[in-house]
Amino acid sequence: MVAPRISRRGLLAGGAATAVGALAGGVPSEQASGGAATLTPLIEPFDGLHQAGIATTPQTHAVFVGFDLLETTRKEAIVRLLRLLTDDARRLTQGRPALADTEPELALTPARLTVTFGFGPGLFRAAGLDSPVKALPAFTTDRLQKRWSGGDLLVQICADDNLTVSHALRMIVKDARSFTRVRWTQRGFRQSSGTVNRNLMGQVDGTVNPADLDRAVWISDGPLRGGTTLVLRRIRMELETWDAADRVAREFTIGRRLADGAPLTGRAERDEPDFEKVNALGFPVISEYAHIRRAHVSDPGMRILRRPYNYDDGLAPDGRSDSGLLFASYQADIDHQFVPVQRNLAEADLLNEWITPIGSAVFAIPPGCSPSGWIGDSLLS
Amino acid sequence: MFPRRIVPSAVLLAALTLAGCGGQQPSAAPAAAPASAAAPATSAATGAVSITDPWVKTAKKGMSAAFGTLVNNSDAEVTVVSGSSPLSPKIELHEVVESGGKMVMRPKEGGFVIPPRGTHELQPGGDHIMLMDLAQEVKPGAEIAFTLTLKDGGTLEFTAVGKDFAGGKEDYQPGMKMGEGNG
Repeated sequence: MVAPRISRRGLLAGGAATAVGALAGGVPSEQASGGAATLTPLIEPFDGLHQAGIATTPQTHAVFVGFDLLETTRKEAIVRLLRLLTDDARRLTQGRPALADTEPELALTPARLTVTFGFGPGLFRAAGLDSPVKALPAFTTDRLQKRWSGGDLLVQICADDNLTVSHALRMIVKDARSFTRVRWTQRGFRQSSGTVNRNLMGQVDGTVNPADLDRAVWISDGPLRGGTTLVLRRIRMELETWDAADRVAREFTIGRRLADGAPLTGRAERDEPDFEKVNALGFPVISEYAHIRRAHVSDPGMRILRRPYNYDDGLAPDGRSDSGLLFASYQADIDHQFVPVQRNLAEADLLNEWITPIGSAVFAIPPGCSPSGWIGDSLLS
Repeated sequence: MFPRRIVPSAVLLAALTLAGCGGQQPSAAPAAAPASAAAPATSAATGAVSITDPWVKTAKKGMSAAFGTLVNNSDAEVTVVSGSSPLSPKIELHEVVESGGKMVMRPKEGGFVIPPRGTHELQPGGDHIMLMDLAQEVKPGAEIAFTLTLKDGGTLEFTAVGKDFAGGKEDYQPGMKMGEGNG
Protein backbone atom coordinates (compact mmCIF):
# COMPACT_ATOMS: atom_id res chain seq x y z
CA MET A 1 0.00 0.00 0.00
CA VAL A 2 1.16 3.51 -0.69
CA ALA A 3 0.67 5.82 2.20
CA PRO A 4 -0.34 9.35 1.34
CA ARG A 5 2.40 11.81 2.21
CA ILE A 6 1.48 13.56 5.41
CA SER A 7 3.94 15.82 7.10
CA ARG A 8 4.19 15.60 10.85
CA ARG A 9 3.59 19.31 11.13
CA GLY A 10 0.44 19.09 9.01
CA LEU A 11 -0.80 16.15 11.03
CA LEU A 12 -0.23 17.88 14.32
CA ALA A 13 -1.95 21.01 13.13
CA GLY A 14 -4.88 18.94 11.94
CA GLY A 15 -5.03 17.01 15.15
CA ALA A 16 -4.91 20.20 17.15
CA ALA A 17 -7.70 21.68 15.07
CA THR A 18 -9.80 18.59 15.67
CA ALA A 19 -9.06 18.70 19.35
CA VAL A 20 -9.98 22.35 19.62
CA GLY A 21 -13.17 21.67 17.73
CA ALA A 22 -14.06 18.87 20.10
CA LEU A 23 -13.18 21.02 23.08
CA ALA A 24 -15.32 23.90 21.89
CA GLY A 25 -18.19 21.50 21.45
CA GLY A 26 -17.75 19.92 24.83
CA VAL A 27 -17.37 22.73 27.31
CA PRO A 28 -20.25 24.51 28.99
CA SER A 29 -21.56 27.48 27.10
CA GLU A 30 -20.34 30.07 29.56
CA GLN A 31 -16.80 28.95 28.82
CA ALA A 32 -17.27 28.57 25.10
CA SER A 33 -19.18 31.79 24.62
CA GLY A 34 -16.04 33.83 24.24
CA GLY A 35 -15.08 31.85 21.17
CA ALA A 36 -12.19 29.49 20.59
CA ALA A 37 -9.59 32.17 21.22
CA THR A 38 -10.60 32.59 24.87
CA LEU A 39 -11.16 28.96 25.80
CA THR A 40 -10.25 28.18 29.36
CA PRO A 41 -7.14 26.05 29.21
CA LEU A 42 -8.46 22.86 30.75
CA ILE A 43 -5.37 20.79 30.07
CA GLU A 44 -2.02 21.18 31.78
CA PRO A 45 0.97 19.77 29.92
CA PHE A 46 2.50 16.60 31.34
CA ASP A 47 5.85 16.24 29.59
CA GLY A 48 8.54 18.83 30.08
CA LEU A 49 11.62 19.88 31.99
CA HIS A 50 9.66 20.20 35.25
CA GLN A 51 6.79 18.13 36.57
CA ALA A 52 3.46 19.90 36.49
CA GLY A 53 1.56 20.65 39.70
CA ILE A 54 4.21 22.89 41.26
CA ALA A 55 4.47 26.07 39.19
CA THR A 56 0.95 25.32 37.94
CA THR A 57 -1.64 27.81 39.18
CA PRO A 58 -3.14 25.88 42.10
CA GLN A 59 -6.21 23.90 41.22
CA THR A 60 -9.22 23.83 43.53
CA HIS A 61 -8.92 20.23 44.72
CA ALA A 62 -5.98 18.08 45.70
CA VAL A 63 -5.18 14.72 47.13
CA PHE A 64 -1.74 13.78 48.42
CA VAL A 65 -1.10 10.06 48.80
CA GLY A 66 1.89 8.59 50.58
CA PHE A 67 2.79 5.03 49.63
CA ASP A 68 5.21 2.65 51.26
CA LEU A 69 6.99 0.20 48.99
CA LEU A 70 6.48 -3.47 49.74
CA GLU A 71 9.52 -5.42 50.88
CA THR A 72 9.61 -7.08 47.46
CA THR A 73 9.59 -3.79 45.54
CA ARG A 74 13.18 -3.19 44.58
CA LYS A 75 14.76 -1.29 41.72
CA GLU A 76 13.45 -3.38 38.83
CA ALA A 77 9.93 -3.31 40.25
CA ILE A 78 10.15 0.42 41.06
CA VAL A 79 10.92 1.06 37.40
CA ARG A 80 7.91 -0.99 36.30
CA LEU A 81 5.75 0.87 38.81
CA LEU A 82 6.92 4.30 37.69
CA ARG A 83 6.42 3.46 34.02
CA LEU A 84 2.86 2.37 34.73
CA LEU A 85 2.07 5.42 36.85
CA THR A 86 3.69 7.80 34.35
CA ASP A 87 1.56 6.30 31.59
CA ASP A 88 -1.59 6.73 33.68
CA ALA A 89 -0.68 10.32 34.51
CA ARG A 90 0.26 11.23 30.95
CA ARG A 91 -3.04 9.95 29.56
CA LEU A 92 -5.34 11.23 32.28
CA THR A 93 -3.87 14.72 32.44
CA GLN A 94 -4.39 15.05 28.70
CA GLY A 95 -8.03 14.05 28.97
CA ARG A 96 -7.60 10.52 27.71
CA PRO A 97 -8.63 7.34 29.56
CA ALA A 98 -5.87 5.42 31.30
CA LEU A 99 -4.85 2.14 29.76
CA ALA A 100 -7.55 -0.42 30.69
CA ASP A 101 -9.58 2.39 32.22
CA THR A 102 -12.74 0.88 33.64
CA GLU A 103 -14.52 4.26 33.70
CA PRO A 104 -13.15 5.92 30.57
CA GLU A 105 -15.89 8.59 30.54
CA LEU A 106 -14.52 9.98 33.81
CA ALA A 107 -11.24 10.78 32.07
CA LEU A 108 -12.83 13.16 29.59
CA THR A 109 -12.97 16.13 31.98
CA PRO A 110 -9.31 16.75 32.82
CA ALA A 111 -10.11 20.08 34.57
CA ARG A 112 -6.42 21.07 34.62
CA LEU A 113 -5.50 17.75 36.19
CA THR A 114 -1.89 17.37 37.24
CA VAL A 115 -0.24 14.30 38.71
CA THR A 116 3.07 14.91 40.44
CA PHE A 117 5.42 12.25 41.82
CA GLY A 118 7.86 12.48 44.69
CA PHE A 119 10.41 10.04 46.08
CA GLY A 120 10.96 9.66 49.82
CA PRO A 121 14.19 8.42 51.41
CA GLY A 122 12.81 4.87 51.47
CA LEU A 123 12.43 4.72 47.69
CA PHE A 124 16.06 5.65 47.16
CA ARG A 125 17.07 3.09 49.75
CA ALA A 126 15.01 0.38 48.04
CA ALA A 127 16.62 1.27 44.71
CA GLY A 128 20.11 1.11 46.20
CA LEU A 129 20.74 4.83 45.83
CA ASP A 130 21.77 7.58 48.23
CA SER A 131 18.78 9.70 49.13
CA PRO A 132 19.03 13.43 48.44
CA VAL A 133 16.34 14.08 51.07
CA LYS A 134 15.88 13.14 54.70
CA ALA A 135 13.26 13.67 57.39
CA LEU A 136 13.22 17.19 58.86
CA PRO A 137 14.89 17.86 62.20
CA ALA A 138 12.51 17.91 65.15
CA PHE A 139 10.88 21.25 65.96
CA THR A 140 9.66 22.13 69.43
CA THR A 141 6.10 22.68 68.23
CA ASP A 142 5.85 19.33 66.43
CA ARG A 143 3.26 16.83 67.59
CA LEU A 144 3.81 14.51 64.67
CA GLN A 145 1.67 11.43 64.17
CA LYS A 146 3.01 8.46 62.30
CA ARG A 147 -0.18 8.13 60.28
CA TRP A 148 0.44 11.51 58.63
CA SER A 149 4.21 11.30 58.30
CA GLY A 150 6.87 9.78 56.09
CA GLY A 151 6.29 7.70 52.98
CA ASP A 152 8.41 6.21 50.19
CA LEU A 153 6.43 7.48 47.22
CA LEU A 154 4.24 10.56 46.94
CA VAL A 155 1.53 11.04 44.36
CA GLN A 156 0.01 14.52 44.33
CA ILE A 157 -3.15 14.81 42.25
CA CYS A 158 -4.73 18.22 41.66
CA ALA A 159 -7.66 19.34 39.50
CA ASP A 160 -10.46 21.86 39.45
CA ASP A 161 -13.00 19.02 39.52
CA ASN A 162 -13.02 16.65 42.48
CA LEU A 163 -14.49 13.80 40.44
CA THR A 164 -11.50 14.08 38.14
CA VAL A 165 -9.21 13.88 41.17
CA SER A 166 -10.98 10.77 42.44
CA HIS A 167 -10.84 8.98 39.11
CA ALA A 168 -7.14 9.71 38.68
CA LEU A 169 -6.52 8.55 42.23
CA ARG A 170 -8.44 5.33 41.59
CA MET A 171 -6.50 4.51 38.43
CA ILE A 172 -3.16 5.33 40.07
CA VAL A 173 -3.89 3.27 43.17
CA LYS A 174 -4.98 0.26 41.14
CA ASP A 175 -1.60 0.25 39.41
CA ALA A 176 0.35 0.99 42.60
CA ARG A 177 -1.03 -1.61 44.94
CA SER A 178 0.88 -4.60 43.60
CA PHE A 179 4.02 -2.71 44.63
CA THR A 180 2.98 -0.63 47.62
CA ARG A 181 0.76 -0.10 50.59
CA VAL A 182 -1.04 3.18 51.19
CA ARG A 183 0.47 4.96 54.17
CA TRP A 184 -1.74 8.05 54.19
CA THR A 185 -4.21 9.95 52.07
CA GLN A 186 -4.68 13.69 52.56
CA ARG A 187 -7.37 15.57 50.69
CA GLY A 188 -7.46 19.33 50.42
CA PHE A 189 -9.22 22.21 48.74
CA ARG A 190 -8.79 25.87 47.99
CA GLN A 191 -11.09 28.70 47.08
CA SER A 192 -12.31 28.06 43.58
CA SER A 193 -12.61 31.61 42.39
CA GLY A 194 -10.62 34.78 42.57
CA THR A 195 -6.94 35.28 43.05
CA VAL A 196 -6.99 35.40 46.84
CA ASN A 197 -6.68 32.18 48.77
CA ARG A 198 -7.95 32.11 52.32
CA ASN A 199 -7.41 29.38 54.85
CA LEU A 200 -9.98 28.14 57.36
CA MET A 201 -8.81 30.67 59.95
CA GLY A 202 -9.98 33.33 57.53
CA GLN A 203 -6.50 34.54 56.68
CA VAL A 204 -5.25 35.34 53.23
CA ASP A 205 -2.68 32.61 52.69
CA GLY A 206 0.20 32.19 50.28
CA THR A 207 0.87 35.85 49.45
CA VAL A 208 4.63 35.75 49.36
CA ASN A 209 6.16 33.34 46.91
CA PRO A 210 9.47 33.43 45.09
CA ALA A 211 9.54 35.39 41.86
CA ASP A 212 12.39 33.45 40.29
CA LEU A 213 11.55 29.74 40.43
CA ASP A 214 14.77 28.83 38.64
CA ARG A 215 16.65 30.07 41.66
CA ALA A 216 14.33 29.25 44.55
CA VAL A 217 12.57 26.08 43.46
CA TRP A 218 14.18 24.18 40.61
CA ILE A 219 17.36 22.27 41.32
CA SER A 220 20.03 23.43 38.89
CA ASP A 221 22.44 20.52 38.72
CA GLY A 222 22.98 16.86 39.48
CA PRO A 223 20.56 13.98 38.84
CA LEU A 224 17.64 16.04 40.19
CA ARG A 225 18.29 18.90 37.76
CA GLY A 226 14.90 20.36 36.84
CA GLY A 227 13.34 18.79 39.90
CA THR A 228 12.78 20.15 43.38
CA THR A 229 11.87 19.02 46.89
CA LEU A 230 8.55 18.93 48.68
CA VAL A 231 7.95 19.31 52.38
CA LEU A 232 4.36 18.37 53.18
CA ARG A 233 3.25 19.38 56.65
CA ARG A 234 -0.18 18.61 58.04
CA ILE A 235 -0.96 21.55 60.32
CA ARG A 236 -3.98 21.24 62.57
CA MET A 237 -5.90 24.42 63.36
CA GLU A 238 -7.45 24.88 66.79
CA LEU A 239 -10.57 26.60 65.55
CA GLU A 240 -12.36 26.45 68.93
CA THR A 241 -9.79 28.63 70.65
CA TRP A 242 -9.24 30.70 67.52
CA ASP A 243 -12.95 31.56 67.83
CA ALA A 244 -12.11 33.23 71.13
CA ALA A 245 -9.56 35.53 69.54
CA ASP A 246 -11.00 38.89 68.43
CA ARG A 247 -10.09 40.52 65.12
CA VAL A 248 -7.46 42.80 66.64
CA ALA A 249 -5.74 39.83 68.24
CA ARG A 250 -5.96 37.85 65.03
CA GLU A 251 -4.43 40.64 62.96
CA PHE A 252 -1.74 41.24 65.59
CA THR A 253 -0.90 37.52 65.51
CA ILE A 254 -0.40 37.41 61.78
CA GLY A 255 0.75 40.96 61.07
CA ARG A 256 -1.78 41.31 58.28
CA ARG A 257 -5.27 42.73 58.06
CA LEU A 258 -7.98 40.10 57.75
CA ALA A 259 -10.09 42.12 55.31
CA ASP A 260 -7.58 42.31 52.48
CA GLY A 261 -4.43 40.53 53.59
CA ALA A 262 -2.42 43.78 53.55
CA PRO A 263 0.44 44.00 56.06
CA LEU A 264 -0.48 46.13 59.09
CA THR A 265 1.97 48.70 57.78
CA GLY A 266 0.60 48.76 54.22
CA ARG A 267 -2.44 49.28 52.06
CA ALA A 268 -2.59 46.22 49.78
CA GLU A 269 -1.87 42.51 50.03
CA ARG A 270 1.25 42.71 47.90
CA ASP A 271 2.79 45.64 49.79
CA GLU A 272 6.11 44.87 51.45
CA PRO A 273 5.71 44.79 55.25
CA ASP A 274 7.59 47.58 57.04
CA PHE A 275 9.14 45.77 59.98
CA GLU A 276 10.80 48.96 61.29
CA LYS A 277 7.59 50.92 61.68
CA VAL A 278 6.60 51.70 65.28
CA ASN A 279 3.35 52.93 66.75
CA ALA A 280 2.75 55.94 69.01
CA LEU A 281 4.01 53.99 72.00
CA GLY A 282 7.19 53.06 70.23
CA PHE A 283 6.29 49.42 69.73
CA PRO A 284 6.64 47.73 66.32
CA VAL A 285 3.39 47.83 64.35
CA ILE A 286 4.18 44.30 63.22
CA SER A 287 5.01 42.46 66.43
CA GLU A 288 8.36 40.83 67.03
CA TYR A 289 6.42 37.57 67.21
CA ALA A 290 3.93 38.13 64.41
CA HIS A 291 3.73 35.29 61.93
CA ILE A 292 4.83 37.30 58.91
CA ARG A 293 7.88 38.66 60.70
CA ARG A 294 8.96 35.21 61.88
CA ALA A 295 8.36 33.75 58.42
CA HIS A 296 10.01 36.59 56.55
CA VAL A 297 12.93 35.79 54.29
CA SER A 298 14.72 38.87 53.01
CA ASP A 299 16.47 37.18 50.10
CA PRO A 300 13.79 36.42 47.49
CA GLY A 301 16.02 33.68 46.15
CA MET A 302 15.67 31.83 49.41
CA ARG A 303 11.89 31.92 49.59
CA ILE A 304 9.92 28.72 49.54
CA LEU A 305 7.10 28.13 47.07
CA ARG A 306 3.95 27.59 49.09
CA ARG A 307 1.05 25.76 47.51
CA PRO A 308 -1.19 25.08 50.50
CA TYR A 309 -4.56 23.33 50.59
CA ASN A 310 -7.13 23.41 53.37
CA TYR A 311 -8.42 20.24 54.93
CA ASP A 312 -11.69 19.79 56.79
CA ASP A 313 -12.22 16.15 57.58
CA GLY A 314 -15.47 15.93 59.46
CA LEU A 315 -16.81 16.69 62.90
CA ALA A 316 -16.50 15.11 66.32
CA PRO A 317 -19.81 14.29 68.08
CA ASP A 318 -19.56 17.56 69.98
CA GLY A 319 -19.18 19.51 66.75
CA ARG A 320 -15.48 20.17 66.94
CA SER A 321 -13.88 20.20 63.51
CA ASP A 322 -10.82 18.37 62.28
CA SER A 323 -9.46 21.19 60.19
CA GLY A 324 -6.18 22.61 59.11
CA LEU A 325 -3.75 23.13 56.33
CA LEU A 326 -1.87 20.78 54.05
CA PHE A 327 1.18 22.99 53.88
CA ALA A 328 2.99 22.04 50.68
CA SER A 329 6.33 23.79 50.35
CA TYR A 330 8.62 23.40 47.33
CA GLN A 331 12.21 24.53 47.42
CA ALA A 332 15.52 23.68 45.80
CA ASP A 333 17.23 23.16 49.15
CA ILE A 334 15.32 22.11 52.26
CA ASP A 335 18.18 22.71 54.71
CA HIS A 336 18.82 26.26 53.52
CA GLN A 337 15.30 27.40 52.68
CA PHE A 338 12.68 25.49 54.65
CA VAL A 339 14.40 24.58 57.89
CA PRO A 340 15.54 28.09 58.96
CA VAL A 341 12.03 29.51 58.45
CA GLN A 342 10.41 26.64 60.31
CA ARG A 343 12.90 27.04 63.13
CA ASN A 344 12.05 30.75 63.41
CA LEU A 345 8.37 29.93 63.53
CA ALA A 346 8.77 27.13 66.06
CA GLU A 347 10.78 29.37 68.38
CA ALA A 348 8.30 32.20 68.70
CA ASP A 349 5.37 32.60 66.37
CA LEU A 350 2.21 33.94 68.03
CA LEU A 351 0.23 31.72 65.66
CA ASN A 352 1.65 28.61 67.35
CA GLU A 353 -1.05 28.89 69.99
CA TRP A 354 -3.61 27.90 67.38
CA ILE A 355 -1.71 25.65 64.97
CA THR A 356 0.04 22.32 65.52
CA PRO A 357 2.10 20.35 62.99
CA ILE A 358 0.78 16.78 63.19
CA GLY A 359 2.25 15.35 60.00
CA SER A 360 5.51 15.76 58.12
CA ALA A 361 6.90 14.18 55.00
CA VAL A 362 9.79 15.03 52.72
CA PHE A 363 10.19 14.05 49.08
CA ALA A 364 12.55 14.64 46.23
CA ILE A 365 10.51 15.69 43.21
CA PRO A 366 12.24 14.33 40.12
CA PRO A 367 12.35 16.47 37.01
CA GLY A 368 9.73 16.08 34.32
CA CYS A 369 10.25 13.66 31.47
CA SER A 370 10.20 13.56 27.70
CA PRO A 371 7.17 12.17 25.83
CA SER A 372 8.84 8.76 25.67
CA GLY A 373 10.28 8.90 29.18
CA TRP A 374 8.97 8.22 32.65
CA ILE A 375 9.16 10.11 35.90
CA GLY A 376 12.39 9.16 37.63
CA ASP A 377 14.15 7.88 34.52
CA SER A 378 17.12 10.19 35.08
CA LEU A 379 17.55 8.76 38.58
CA LEU A 380 16.77 5.08 38.13
CA SER A 381 17.69 3.98 34.62
CA MET B 1 6.55 5.17 27.22
CA PHE B 2 6.82 1.59 26.12
CA PRO B 3 9.23 0.38 23.48
CA ARG B 4 7.75 0.63 20.08
CA ARG B 5 8.53 -0.49 16.60
CA ILE B 6 7.62 2.21 14.23
CA VAL B 7 6.88 2.27 10.54
CA PRO B 8 6.52 6.02 10.29
CA SER B 9 3.81 6.22 7.66
CA ALA B 10 1.66 3.66 9.40
CA VAL B 11 2.02 5.38 12.75
CA LEU B 12 1.10 8.71 11.26
CA LEU B 13 -1.96 7.16 9.73
CA ALA B 14 -2.90 5.52 12.99
CA ALA B 15 -2.56 8.84 14.73
CA LEU B 16 -4.63 10.48 12.03
CA THR B 17 -7.34 7.89 12.49
CA LEU B 18 -7.41 8.52 16.20
CA ALA B 19 -7.46 12.27 15.84
CA GLY B 20 -10.16 11.96 13.22
CA CYS B 21 -12.60 9.69 14.99
CA GLY B 22 -12.05 11.68 18.16
CA GLY B 23 -14.56 9.89 20.32
CA GLN B 24 -11.91 8.68 22.72
CA GLN B 25 -10.16 11.97 23.21
CA PRO B 26 -12.37 14.99 23.32
CA SER B 27 -9.66 17.50 23.76
CA ALA B 28 -5.97 17.84 23.86
CA ALA B 29 -3.18 20.27 24.20
CA PRO B 30 -2.03 21.03 20.69
CA ALA B 31 0.56 18.53 19.54
CA ALA B 32 0.27 16.35 22.60
CA ALA B 33 -2.59 14.13 21.58
CA PRO B 34 -1.59 12.84 18.17
CA ALA B 35 1.98 12.17 19.22
CA SER B 36 1.22 10.24 22.36
CA ALA B 37 -1.97 8.64 21.12
CA ALA B 38 -0.04 6.91 18.40
CA ALA B 39 0.16 3.19 18.62
CA PRO B 40 3.09 1.61 20.40
CA ALA B 41 3.45 -0.93 17.64
CA THR B 42 2.82 -1.56 14.01
CA SER B 43 3.38 -4.35 11.57
CA ALA B 44 6.97 -4.61 10.68
CA ALA B 45 6.08 -6.87 7.76
CA THR B 46 3.42 -5.00 5.87
CA GLY B 47 2.60 -1.75 7.60
CA ALA B 48 -1.04 -2.55 6.92
CA VAL B 49 -1.95 -3.24 10.51
CA SER B 50 -1.02 -1.64 13.80
CA ILE B 51 -2.24 -1.95 17.34
CA THR B 52 -3.03 0.87 19.74
CA ASP B 53 -2.67 0.59 23.51
CA PRO B 54 -1.84 -3.12 23.77
CA TRP B 55 -1.94 -4.54 27.28
CA VAL B 56 -2.04 -7.94 28.90
CA LYS B 57 -3.76 -8.87 32.10
CA THR B 58 -1.37 -9.80 34.89
CA ALA B 59 -1.48 -13.40 36.11
CA LYS B 60 0.77 -15.65 38.15
CA LYS B 61 0.07 -18.78 36.12
CA GLY B 62 -2.53 -20.46 33.95
CA MET B 63 -4.33 -18.30 31.47
CA SER B 64 -4.34 -14.63 30.64
CA ALA B 65 -5.42 -12.40 27.79
CA ALA B 66 -4.15 -9.48 25.76
CA PHE B 67 -6.15 -6.51 24.53
CA GLY B 68 -5.80 -3.40 22.40
CA THR B 69 -7.21 -1.80 19.29
CA LEU B 70 -6.22 -3.31 15.95
CA VAL B 71 -5.99 -0.65 13.27
CA ASN B 72 -6.16 -1.45 9.56
CA ASN B 73 -4.23 1.20 7.66
CA SER B 74 -4.94 -0.29 4.23
CA ASP B 75 -7.77 -0.17 1.74
CA ALA B 76 -8.31 -3.92 1.95
CA GLU B 77 -9.84 -6.05 4.64
CA VAL B 78 -7.25 -7.67 6.91
CA THR B 79 -7.69 -10.85 8.92
CA VAL B 80 -5.60 -11.84 11.91
CA VAL B 81 -5.48 -15.62 11.92
CA SER B 82 -3.11 -16.53 14.76
CA GLY B 83 -0.86 -15.21 17.48
CA SER B 84 2.26 -16.17 19.37
CA SER B 85 4.28 -14.99 22.34
CA PRO B 86 7.27 -16.33 24.21
CA LEU B 87 5.07 -16.11 27.27
CA SER B 88 2.72 -18.90 26.30
CA PRO B 89 3.30 -21.87 24.00
CA LYS B 90 -0.34 -21.83 23.02
CA ILE B 91 -2.28 -18.75 22.04
CA GLU B 92 -5.82 -18.56 20.68
CA LEU B 93 -7.90 -15.77 19.19
CA HIS B 94 -11.07 -15.65 21.24
CA GLU B 95 -14.52 -14.17 21.22
CA VAL B 96 -17.04 -13.91 24.04
CA VAL B 97 -20.55 -15.09 23.29
CA GLU B 98 -23.71 -15.77 25.22
CA SER B 99 -24.35 -19.45 25.72
CA GLY B 100 -27.00 -20.98 27.95
CA GLY B 101 -27.64 -17.68 29.71
CA LYS B 102 -24.03 -16.84 30.49
CA MET B 103 -21.13 -15.28 28.70
CA VAL B 104 -18.47 -17.71 27.63
CA MET B 105 -15.41 -17.40 25.48
CA ARG B 106 -14.33 -19.64 22.67
CA PRO B 107 -11.95 -19.60 19.71
CA LYS B 108 -13.15 -17.18 17.07
CA GLU B 109 -13.70 -18.93 13.80
CA GLY B 110 -11.92 -17.19 10.94
CA GLY B 111 -9.93 -14.94 13.26
CA PHE B 112 -10.24 -11.17 13.78
CA VAL B 113 -11.44 -9.32 10.67
CA ILE B 114 -10.47 -5.64 10.49
CA PRO B 115 -12.37 -3.64 7.89
CA PRO B 116 -10.47 -1.42 5.42
CA ARG B 117 -9.36 1.80 7.16
CA GLY B 118 -11.16 0.53 10.22
CA THR B 119 -10.42 -0.76 13.68
CA HIS B 120 -11.17 -3.89 15.65
CA GLU B 121 -11.40 -3.62 19.41
CA LEU B 122 -9.89 -6.32 21.62
CA GLN B 123 -11.30 -5.81 25.10
CA PRO B 124 -12.43 -7.62 28.24
CA GLY B 125 -15.84 -9.07 27.54
CA GLY B 126 -15.14 -9.11 23.79
CA ASP B 127 -12.62 -10.42 21.33
CA HIS B 128 -9.17 -10.97 22.82
CA ILE B 129 -5.86 -12.74 22.41
CA MET B 130 -5.90 -15.68 24.81
CA LEU B 131 -2.73 -16.98 26.43
CA MET B 132 -3.63 -20.56 27.21
CA ASP B 133 -0.76 -21.63 29.44
CA LEU B 134 1.63 -19.06 30.85
CA ALA B 135 5.27 -20.10 30.89
CA GLN B 136 5.95 -17.41 33.48
CA GLU B 137 4.19 -14.81 35.57
CA VAL B 138 2.86 -11.71 33.86
CA LYS B 139 3.96 -8.96 36.23
CA PRO B 140 2.45 -5.49 36.32
CA GLY B 141 4.45 -3.19 34.08
CA ALA B 142 6.18 -6.09 32.34
CA GLU B 143 6.64 -5.82 28.59
CA ILE B 144 5.41 -8.89 26.76
CA ALA B 145 6.26 -9.51 23.11
CA PHE B 146 3.54 -10.68 20.75
CA THR B 147 3.40 -11.58 17.09
CA LEU B 148 0.13 -11.74 15.22
CA THR B 149 0.00 -13.49 11.85
CA LEU B 150 -2.23 -12.18 9.12
CA LYS B 151 -4.10 -14.22 6.53
CA ASP B 152 -1.74 -13.03 3.78
CA GLY B 153 1.25 -14.26 5.76
CA GLY B 154 2.25 -10.83 7.04
CA THR B 155 2.91 -10.32 10.72
CA LEU B 156 2.36 -7.67 13.35
CA GLU B 157 4.86 -7.54 16.16
CA PHE B 158 4.22 -5.51 19.28
CA THR B 159 4.88 -5.27 22.98
CA ALA B 160 2.00 -5.30 25.45
CA VAL B 161 2.31 -4.01 28.97
CA GLY B 162 1.18 -6.04 31.99
CA LYS B 163 -1.72 -4.39 33.83
CA ASP B 164 -3.55 -5.50 36.95
CA PHE B 165 -7.18 -5.85 35.98
CA ALA B 166 -10.15 -7.26 37.85
CA GLY B 167 -12.40 -8.08 34.90
CA GLY B 168 -12.22 -10.42 31.94
CA LYS B 169 -13.24 -13.53 33.82
CA GLU B 170 -15.59 -15.09 31.33
CA ASP B 171 -15.71 -18.88 31.45
CA TYR B 172 -13.74 -20.69 28.82
CA GLN B 173 -16.29 -22.70 26.85
CA PRO B 174 -19.31 -24.18 28.58
CA GLY B 175 -18.36 -26.40 31.45
CA MET B 176 -14.62 -25.69 31.36
CA LYS B 177 -13.09 -24.20 34.49
CA MET B 178 -10.40 -21.61 34.09
CA GLY B 179 -7.35 -21.33 36.28
CA GLU B 180 -6.42 -18.48 38.57
CA GLY B 181 -5.66 -15.19 36.88
CA ASN B 182 -7.53 -16.06 33.75
CA GLY B 183 -8.43 -13.74 30.98
